Amino acid sequence: MLRYLIRRLLTAIPTLFAIVTISFFLVRVAPGGPFNQEKGLNPTVKANLERVYHLDQPLLTQYLDYLGNVMRGDFGPSYALPDFTVADLFRVGLPVSVELGSAALILALILGTGLGTVAALNQNRAADYAVIALATAGSTVPTFVTAPLYQLLFALTWSLVPVAGWNGGGFASKVGPVLVLALPQIAIVTRLMRGSMIEALRSHHIRTARALGLSGFSVVVKHGVRGAILPIVSYAGPAAAALLTGSVIVETIFSIPGVGRYFVEAALNRDYTLVMGTVVLIALFIVVFNLIVDLLYAVIDPRVRYD
Amino acid sequence: MTDATVLVATSGRSLWSDAWRRLRRNRAAVASAVHLAVMTIACIVGPNLTGHPFTTIYEDYVRVPPSLAPYPQPDQIEPALVDTLKRARLELKSWRLDGDRIAIEATATRPIDDRVTRYLDRSSTFEEARVEARSSDGLAVTLSASVRRLLFLFGTDNTGRDLLTRTLIAGRVSLAIGLLAGLVAVVIGVLYGAISGFVGGRTDEVMMRIVDVLYSLPFIFLVIVLVVFFGRDFVLMFLAVGAVLWLDMARIVRGQTLSIKRQEYVEAARALGVTNAGILWRHVVPNTLGTVVIYMTLLVPQVIILESFLSYLGLGVQEPMTSWGVLIAQGAKNIPSANWLLIFPSLFLTTTLFALNFLGDGLRDALDPKDR
Amino acid sequence: MTELRQTGNPAQPILAFDNLAVSFATPDGPVEAVRGISVAVGEGETVAIVGESGSGKSQAMMAAMGLLAKNGRAAGSVRYRGREILGLPARDLNRIRGEKIAMIFQEPMTSLDPLYRIGDQIAEPIMAHRRLDRREARARALELLSLVGIGDPGRRLRSYPHQLSGGQRQRAMIAMALANGPEVLIADEPTTALDVTIEAQIVALLSDLQRRLGMAIVFITHNLRLVRQLAHRVYVMRAGEVVEHGLTAGIFASPQHPYTQMLLAAEPEGRKRPPPAGAPVLLEGHHISVAFHLGGGLLGGPAFVLHALDKVDIALRRGETIGVVGESGSGKSTLGRALLRLLDSEGTIRFEGRDLRALSAAEMRPLRRELQVVFQDPFGSLSPRMTVGDIVTEGLRVHAPSLSAAERDRRAVEALADVQIDPAVRNRYPHEFSGGQRQRIAIARAIILRPKVVILDEPTSALDRSVQKQIVELLRRLQEEHGLSYIFISHDLAIVRAMADRVLVMQSGRVVEAAPTEAIFTDPREPYTRELLAAALLGETRAGMA
Repeated sequence: MLRYLIRRLLTAIPTLFAIVTISFFLVRVAPGGPFNQEKGLNPTVKANLERVYHLDQPLLTQYLDYLGNVMRGDFGPSYALPDFTVADLFRVGLPVSVELGSAALILALILGTGLGTVAALNQNRAADYAVIALATAGSTVPTFVTAPLYQLLFALTWSLVPVAGWNGGGFASKVGPVLVLALPQIAIVTRLMRGSMIEALRSHHIRTARALGLSGFSVVVKHGVRGAILPIVSYAGPAAAALLTGSVIVETIFSIPGVGRYFVEAALNRDYTLVMGTVVLIALFIVVFNLIVDLLYAVIDPRVRYD
Repeated sequence: MTDATVLVATSGRSLWSDAWRRLRRNRAAVASAVHLAVMTIACIVGPNLTGHPFTTIYEDYVRVPPSLAPYPQPDQIEPALVDTLKRARLELKSWRLDGDRIAIEATATRPIDDRVTRYLDRSSTFEEARVEARSSDGLAVTLSASVRRLLFLFGTDNTGRDLLTRTLIAGRVSLAIGLLAGLVAVVIGVLYGAISGFVGGRTDEVMMRIVDVLYSLPFIFLVIVLVVFFGRDFVLMFLAVGAVLWLDMARIVRGQTLSIKRQEYVEAARALGVTNAGILWRHVVPNTLGTVVIYMTLLVPQVIILESFLSYLGLGVQEPMTSWGVLIAQGAKNIPSANWLLIFPSLFLTTTLFALNFLGDGLRDALDPKDR
Repeated sequence: MTELRQTGNPAQPILAFDNLAVSFATPDGPVEAVRGISVAVGEGETVAIVGESGSGKSQAMMAAMGLLAKNGRAAGSVRYRGREILGLPARDLNRIRGEKIAMIFQEPMTSLDPLYRIGDQIAEPIMAHRRLDRREARARALELLSLVGIGDPGRRLRSYPHQLSGGQRQRAMIAMALANGPEVLIADEPTTALDVTIEAQIVALLSDLQRRLGMAIVFITHNLRLVRQLAHRVYVMRAGEVVEHGLTAGIFASPQHPYTQMLLAAEPEGRKRPPPAGAPVLLEGHHISVAFHLGGGLLGGPAFVLHALDKVDIALRRGETIGVVGESGSGKSTLGRALLRLLDSEGTIRFEGRDLRALSAAEMRPLRRELQVVFQDPFGSLSPRMTVGDIVTEGLRVHAPSLSAAERDRRAVEALADVQIDPAVRNRYPHEFSGGQRQRIAIARAIILRPKVVILDEPTSALDRSVQKQIVELLRRLQEEHGLSYIFISHDLAIVRAMADRVLVMQSGRVVEAAPTEAIFTDPREPYTRELLAAALLGETRAGMA
């Protein structure tokens, strides 16, 4: 198992390297630069700024410098927010995004597996159709519709929660973002769970368990859910990586100081270091969560062996 | 007891016709298909029937709420009149509505030119203004004009444009991008996946490794960079979206191809001496089509969402052209004062996405081999 | 029949099916699987229910155990010791299932939960039905594993199902069923998915357990020779009805119903006429070896090599049939594919003197019309989206592209008529045909090219016995009419005996014994051949069994 872990971590390095390389050059081939947009910027000032940030160097030199810095854990200063380094921005924003994302993920996993199981046990009956309708709604209505609708109803019409803002992480401010983030995830997990649970309930070993007179709970939970949960586990890896690194839409609409909104802002501002920082951050999350998924798989399914 | 019994009919039911029969029995799928057809037709011909070009700005009707009765409503005539006359430096003395014509008496401090009618004609409330009579000193005038009756079923937006027309035009854009980008993604994905799966070996391994790396790249980032690179161009945007969404398709088709390759009918074809191209064309492709069709119906809503998302961020379709995402973004900014700006485009978008999903699910049930 | 003691009294049955009917609601209307059957099982007796696929024998048992699929409906009555159990709520039914009546299934590979250890799975029904703690239940599980004859039961207790072979899993399954000492054991085709030698062991185990524990067994099977070995009484089912029942000896001695007579006669009969002496060798393989490299790659673990075929020699004469016999994993199918150049191999393969291994894919193509193949799976070997006509004529498109569409169609009609399929159906699709009909279509596809050699890879294994017999007869007739040479790959010795001139017995990729067919059957030299024969001919030579 340990050998597998080490091998997996080693194979992650070329992937990360490829990602850093591709994104570095992709960002640079896009027209424009960090200091082109502010009109009226004195050419001398611009040249000075570019020299300070080594933007006047050949691209390859910059790339190698950047690689070196990243390997030392230095993501550099932000160009658009010159008082901060990229690491500073993450240090402040990441805990907020992780808090919201993990709450949404946990909510989605609990509700999704529950609803999916209920639907599967009542396949083609009213309860099943209700869950399917709910799940379809959840996965088709985009976040940028649900978020303003939530504000319209709960904040403006009924005044139950503040319209937006973080308020130091007050509960009322978190409900909306978490719900809006979780809704599509609940829907997807529900659909996955329903499908795999129906499959699991049809499997031969469930029939064996029934034939042996085991109780309904044992049949459904011990022999059904444990097998059916595997697709959810594989889905949860990438989903966790996406949720925990923040959502542009939710953070913008609810004015939340997370890291999700840096993504688009930085790309538009050609804030090269911040763009690269977010890319590396997300890629790291993906690698780590995929690894966790694989390890969980081995725990749940004895057929999977990693040595 | 021979199994070589005579079957009566001579024309067979292909799996496609079986699936078609099953699909027609699925009420949700049929309703969705009807909804999509109506939506498509409405978006194509609708904008020509609303009576409002999608770019026309009605200054007098900024952000008016949806109404089944035509504008102006009775209490809106006077403010509009006062407003218009003020611009013409006239003072309203009295007005009287007589059928569709309005009779106006106004005064001014300086002699009144005949060209004051232009001010009335230019406003969005009145037209066909005439000077009926004027006082001898030229300081008072009797005007008549028709009141324009305008229908804003969905209300108007921030700049006074008809929301119904704009929603339909937006639908045209969203649906077109959905279909085109979906097609781009399917073509790339099917080709890539089929080649990777069919050739197999090292080629397959390398090709799938590339897909893995692309998967780990934050996908919104990729779209944003592509959009920024291509410029914010309506035609090029679907290329960017399609170029990103082909990954799933490639994986699915590769998996299918791998499993079909192991089927005995492919081995039998090899034993018959059928060439690789023949096997791909006659055996592999027809048997992946079911999955491709299902996936395509589920891909189109994804593309529409992505397009709306980009437009929402301001990276997609640019004014005065519009899409559902653009409209929803504007609506979200105006919820306290004009919630219809959010509600109508959201309704159109979500019902379309719903219908596409139900249709996709229906197709999956109809084509699902487990059902056979 | 002396050793079969008649202990039960069917007049006072422990388990009684009375006019049981089972139907399924499908999108195309209701399907009646069981149409009112009455079966009585006396205490301690073995009752066999025999029927071909689709006769409703398994569904009747599922109905009794409350295991029908959701769209299934049961009517009539099933009584356990006089108490109605049909439609009993799950809570009450669970006091009977697994406690008084236990059931084992056909699929040993999937009937155990892959996520739990064998010991825990056996302990679970014990704890569910008795007030035993985990430790006591474990001890009982260990006892049971020894009872069903699993080697090293202490270690197996901690194994997961995927670490066991098919035979071991079926033994573990039996141990689970016996956990609470049931009075009735329903065995639903328990040996069908197993190799013949393993099948023999499981049958021996069941009859041994019955003698020791005295429970009643309901044995569901399509295999008559197993019935003769095991059962006191037999019910013969066809299309949801019991057509005949009685004591085993009576049924075998004088079957009354035509269907029973047909089933009994369905063992393929007759022998192939030998090829003329001195017929030339058509296809010859020398030292054929195939190795599969598993694992490795960019990311995979350590690679290892599986020797699927190890220096096999074979020589097929014109008009001859060589039977290739072996259990799963013996390499017999790999041999067929290697001879057809469908996979890479070492050694030499000559067809009419030409070395096939030296040919490129393009040079090989014209030779393919001489070398044809029919596969086992009648559901997988026909492309589901092509019409039967297109499937049958696909080879003509390759090898006679100049033929007009009308001429191709004429040839298709001819080939289909040759395999006794009504040519009028050539516009239909494969899913509209039964297994036997599909296999005929696959044969038509092979013979339309007028090949010299046809490799038959388990062509009858997925078919019912009565259909097997017809396919065997068809293949023998086609061989005579078209002067074909066959390589007939099968695990079924009875069919090989009816088809082949010579037999190769294979085990673990090697030829164990090669001899003329009658010599193999009457005078086997190798122990493995003898073991195979003993298992396969269970019904005829009952000595040495059980």
